[in-house]
Amino acid sequence: MTEVADAHRAAEAAARDSYGRLVAFLASRSRDVAAAEDALGEAFRAALETWPADGVPRSPEAWLLTTARRQLLDAGRHDRVRAAAVPTHRLAAERRQADADGPDGDAIPDERLKLMLACAHPAIDPAARTPLMLQAVLGLDAARIASAFLVAPAAMGQRLVRAKAKIREAGVPFEVPGPDELPARLGPVLDAVYAAYGTGWDDAAGADPRRRGLAGEAVWLARILARLVPEEAEARGLLALLLHCEARQPARRTADGGYVPLAEQDPALWSRPLIAEAERELFAAAALRSVGHFQLEAAIQSAHAGRAFTGRTEWSGVVLLYGELVRRWPTLGARVGHAAALASAGDPAAGRVALDAIDASHVRDYQPYWAVRAHLLARLGDPAGAAAAYARAVGLSEDPGVRAFLARERNRLAGGAV
Amino acid sequence: MTFALLIYEDAAGFAARTGPEQAAYWGAWTAYAQAVAAAGVMAGGKGLLPPSAATTVRVRDGDRQVQDGPFADTKEQLGGFFLLDVPDLDAALAWAARAPVVRGSVEVRPALPDPTAAAS
Repeated sequence: MTEVADAHRAAEAAARDSYGRLVAFLASRSRDVAAAEDALGEAFRAALETWPADGVPRSPEAWLLTTARRQLLDAGRHDRVRAAAVPTHRLAAERRQADADGPDGDAIPDERLKLMLACAHPAIDPAARTPLMLQAVLGLDAARIASAFLVAPAAMGQRLVRAKAKIREAGVPFEVPGPDELPARLGPVLDAVYAAYGTGWDDAAGADPRRRGLAGEAVWLARILARLVPEEAEARGLLALLLHCEARQPARRTADGGYVPLAEQDPALWSRPLIAEAERELFAAAALRSVGHFQLEAAIQSAHAGRAFTGRTEWSGVVLLYGELVRRWPTLGARVGHAAALASAGDPAAGRVALDAIDASHVRDYQPYWAVRAHLLARLGDPAGAAAAYARAVGLSEDPGVRAFLARERNRLAGGAV
Repeated sequence: MTFALLIYEDAAGFAARTGPEQAAYWGAWTAYAQAVAAAGVMAGGKGLLPPSAATTVRVRDGDRQVQDGPFADTKEQLGGFFLLDVPDLDAALAWAARAPVVRGSVEVRPALPDPTAAAS
């Protein structure tokens, strides 16, 4: 029994550590992600069947790679046999070659950057990039990805199949471009990793962070990238941003699932090791002297993290950082965050001006806008406007805890308390 | 495209309508319906009384059968529905995720084209 358990544990560890490396290695040679995944899936199945009896091989990764390659050759043979019979002695030679080629675990080159660049290639549908990366690099199944992205599982499956066919047929390259081109090609890769984390962010007014339930996977991908391209400032900036957000995870909920907005979180619950790692990444990114929006967003989170050490938030610094972010990268989220920061820094009227400047058609179903607007109007002495905005924010919230928090704020307003 | 959001609730969900949490229950649904309307995607809908108020009629081989209660005794029962005009299924699913169903689920179904509109 323990041998079976050992085999399972070894297979799982190999799966977690090696899946993406093996898919990347196989796919970067054939440009066929689906075939690489299938072959590797067969290899893992074979491992679970044979390792309990034969023992775990010296290098599980090399064993899996050799078996997957043999699987690919067999699959290729099925295709070729239809066209022309291949002499069996050639196939035997190919198998021997596959065995001989199987490198040691240490020697398998890490091609995951090539795989991630292919997944986020401009030719790939932007909506498919993150799911594709989650599946190819981490081995997540389509159903789990579909739930995280609120997409029907059948539609997600088709999206993934189409994207893999595109990589195979449209000549999407598996290569790392030169240093001049790399930052531009890396941008969509970083965006795709960020999209795996979530779409929102913390702010003082209780906007719904809308994590996707894939935060751990996103941090994992960001760590891989920061290791693979340590000279790219934005890759380090993205990792710093995600780590700062993750550091606050334990403080975001009460024991019974209630939502705690950033301003009310107990900094003692924030993870110091994650904050320290985030700060190291941000420092390393800044030293590379190539500012980008992930670094700015990480710097904003870093300013919030300062409360853990000084007991107060340096709001003027947060406002400056948001100002720069909005000036250069005026996304909806950044503009709403800027407005919330202005109010927290003591100027809710300026925050309201910033909100009013946003086109109404862009915020019809954007929950953070309404949460921040409600908070600002309450502070500006407009309880009727605040109540209407709170209702809108409640109606757009997905999370029951956030819904309850906003409803409470609204009731407090109506009751005249505070 | 028009999608129906069919809201299913379990017995505890229906009980919340009149119990101590009723203010939270109705407040959340009112806010949701208002947000749907304010976003300009509302194409209709109604909340329904609980399944205990249902009457089911079957006509089989000319025989009428009238029963008290819902058509099937399942754990979750239809509690109401929304009709939404949205660009695609993804948008409909985003609205379904926001529905404040605490104990139950939301089924999303594309609507058939309006038969009276097709007649011309």
